[in-house]
Amino acid sequence: MAIQLKMPALSPTMEEGTLAKWFVKEGDEVSSGDILAEIETDKATMEFEAVDEGVITKILVAAGTDEVPVGAVIAEMAGEDEETGPADEEKPASASKAEAEPEATEEVKPEIMETAPPAPISRADDPSVPAGTSLVSITVREALRDAMAEEMRKDDTVFVMGEEVAEYQGAYKVTQGLLDEFGPKRVIDTPITEHGFAGIGAGAAMGGLKPIVEFMTFNFAMQAIDQIINSAAKTNYMSGGQMRCPIVFRGPNGAASRVGAQHSQNYGPWYAAVPGLVVIAPYDAADAKGLLKAAIQTPDPVVFLENELLYGRSFEIPEIDDYTLPIGKARIMREGSDVTIVSYSIGVGLALEAADNLAGEGIEAEVIDLRTLRPLDTETVLKSLAKTNRMVVAEEGWPTCSIASEIVALCMEQGFDDLDAPVMRVTNEDVPLPYAANLEKAALIDSARIVAAVKKVCYR
Amino acid sequence: MAKSPRKTTPVKKPAAAKRPPAKPKPAVHSTGGLKAPIYSASKEEMLDFYEQMLLIRRFEEKAGQLYGLGLIGGFCHLYIGQEAVVTGLQTAINPGKDSVITGYRDHGHMLACGIDPKIVMAELTGRASGISKGKGGSMHMFSVDHGFYGGHGIVGAQVSLGTGLAFAHKYKEDGGVCLAYFGDGASNQGQVYESFNMAELWQLPVIFVIENNQYAMGTSVNRSSAEDQLYRRGESFRIPGVQVDGMDVLAVRGAVEEVLKDVRSGGGPVLMELKTYRYRGHSMSDPAKYRSRDEVQDVREKSDPIERLKAALLKQGVKEEDLKALDKKVRKTVMEAADFAEESPEPALSELYTNVLVEQY
Repeated sequence: MAIQLKMPALSPTMEEGTLAKWFVKEGDEVSSGDILAEIETDKATMEFEAVDEGVITKILVAAGTDEVPVGAVIAEMAGEDEETGPADEEKPASASKAEAEPEATEEVKPEIMETAPPAPISRADDPSVPAGTSLVSITVREALRDAMAEEMRKDDTVFVMGEEVAEYQGAYKVTQGLLDEFGPKRVIDTPITEHGFAGIGAGAAMGGLKPIVEFMTFNFAMQAIDQIINSAAKTNYMSGGQMRCPIVFRGPNGAASRVGAQHSQNYGPWYAAVPGLVVIAPYDAADAKGLLKAAIQTPDPVVFLENELLYGRSFEIPEIDDYTLPIGKARIMREGSDVTIVSYSIGVGLALEAADNLAGEGIEAEVIDLRTLRPLDTETVLKSLAKTNRMVVAEEGWPTCSIASEIVALCMEQGFDDLDAPVMRVTNEDVPLPYAANLEKAALIDSARIVAAVKKVCYR
Repeated sequence: MAKSPRKTTPVKKPAAAKRPPAKPKPAVHSTGGLKAPIYSASKEEMLDFYEQMLLIRRFEEKAGQLYGLGLIGGFCHLYIGQEAVVTGLQTAINPGKDSVITGYRDHGHMLACGIDPKIVMAELTGRASGISKGKGGSMHMFSVDHGFYGGHGIVGAQVSLGTGLAFAHKYKEDGGVCLAYFGDGASNQGQVYESFNMAELWQLPVIFVIENNQYAMGTSVNRSSAEDQLYRRGESFRIPGVQVDGMDVLAVRGAVEEVLKDVRSGGGPVLMELKTYRYRGHSMSDPAKYRSRDEVQDVREKSDPIERLKAALLKQGVKEEDLKALDKKVRKTVMEAADFAEESPEPALSELYTNVLVEQY
């Protein structure tokens, strides 16, 4: 049976090549592994090996021929074993299929362009707090601790690992008391080895556990970002939905105080850019608790961005059992009719402060806390824009490719007709965070800048 | 080839200062060298090994052909030459209980895990019936049902992930062991040592399997490794190592039997270095100019794992025609897989946005 030897594709991009040299001639007997020819691609010279055994019957493309297209028959051989023959007959058929394929793909192309992401679903509202529910004042730190403790009581597969989370009680005391209650099997001190323990956490999640991996700060998670993105975020998609990675990566994010450039950075925009991750950045204690519980419960990988400066701040939180909040839902922190200020994390406090000051000047600002950065609650943002027609985004982070940039793009694409003024970004300055007190203050967002931006979009 | 091995001292475990002293490891672990006991296989077992290795080889040859025809795209890393490693190791473990993870040269591991060649090949051609619905490709395939956790494209990442799988075995007390495969190239990645440290610190049931095929893409082991005896790479973490002839399936199986006994009994991680060789380039687009044709031919002629086992089988009185029949059967399986992979439709465009997240928010 004749076996057709075709010009092989020798790289992901090769379309044609030069048949530099034949190492066999007609009549030669070849066996698997023998070099038949030398082929030059744009990148390299490759040897073309025989896969089957048999005799070369015909050489169809002479040595030295340029621009031989991939898939062209370059020689024929007779198989040694008759019995493998019928199977080999399949090859011409498959080759023609392969040749036909590019056309098919081209036809398909416009369709791909039209494939749009699914429309945002209407998001669940926060569970209503029954009238008469008492409110208690707790710190964000306590709220986070309580969220972990409650989930660990409910589910044996939940455990916490990270640097100083157990015996030291947490570098920022967020895991205080967990070791006493749950023991060293479930509250695990790691060596200083972010890349390694982020991978171990992701592997444990693939193996059926629900790890909470604490980074002492997210600055150190840059050492581990490959595991967060390439392993945790992409697994479900790459496996066609059969392998999951239910893990929470959490820790303080953003600028702390006077710790300089390497310890002060907001990674919200970084992680929010990655499909496959859920990214949450709460502001107050109730959201910290309700959303961390949701993050632990969900089967998706979550990056949970806290803020060190908020840890000690107290907020009122409803005294409800198992207080869990919906992921992907923004919260209107203050209603207003003149302008919308969108923010998240520590920026929300500044936005509220700005709104108070603006109220004194007769401008009623609506303040939205995004809470979840991915998936973004575009519905709430656009609805508010439709109401106020003006928007400022306040973000403790760099301006370039920020969450603020994303909100601006959203308003341009989907809210253009509602805009009475350009959307303004109020962010940190576009520099590594300096140490000197005056320079640091100059580099960071504050409420005065938000007030100024609001006045600008209100033409006041 | 590798420079001449330095004088090696046995890997001994001094008693840990604070932790309870580890149990003494069997001799095979502490001596290194190529002295692992040879597994005494029955004729049936040997035939099974032969068939499994043959399946991997024929499958990979076919994958190479389909790549040449443009039916497989992107990167495609073939396992030809290394078949004895995965066959010796995978036949020793308990598929329902243990877990397996590897890098991007993963087709052989999947076949050795008992995964249907059809859905593996269909993934290579990017079809809807592929094991990852065509969304993963050659380097990203998984089967939780078979305890196969990938299929990972980032060199070394699977070592930390595998250590995490072992962590889960220990946490759940399910008696499982993780086989974390990586290459000589990955053995220079930092996270490998971070994982070694925690694996030994927490006495995790993991076997670190270094498939030393001598070349990390185009860089030979002795051009990249200060300690080129890779089985010693765990020493400063007190992880014992064993070096095995990875071209001899019975030696591989013999060594892993001993190692498994130890790891299963709670002895903590063990490092296995399997000395092997890949016949093809690093990937399909590698012309492999960094080694001589003679070097490859020499290995093929003298150490080919399949030919070696074939010789042993013939010596045991198995008839040549029976082996030919086996080959025919394997070729048929592979041909059917290739046909299936070519005929299956591409994934529907509606699959583009599925499986990004599990939940809807």
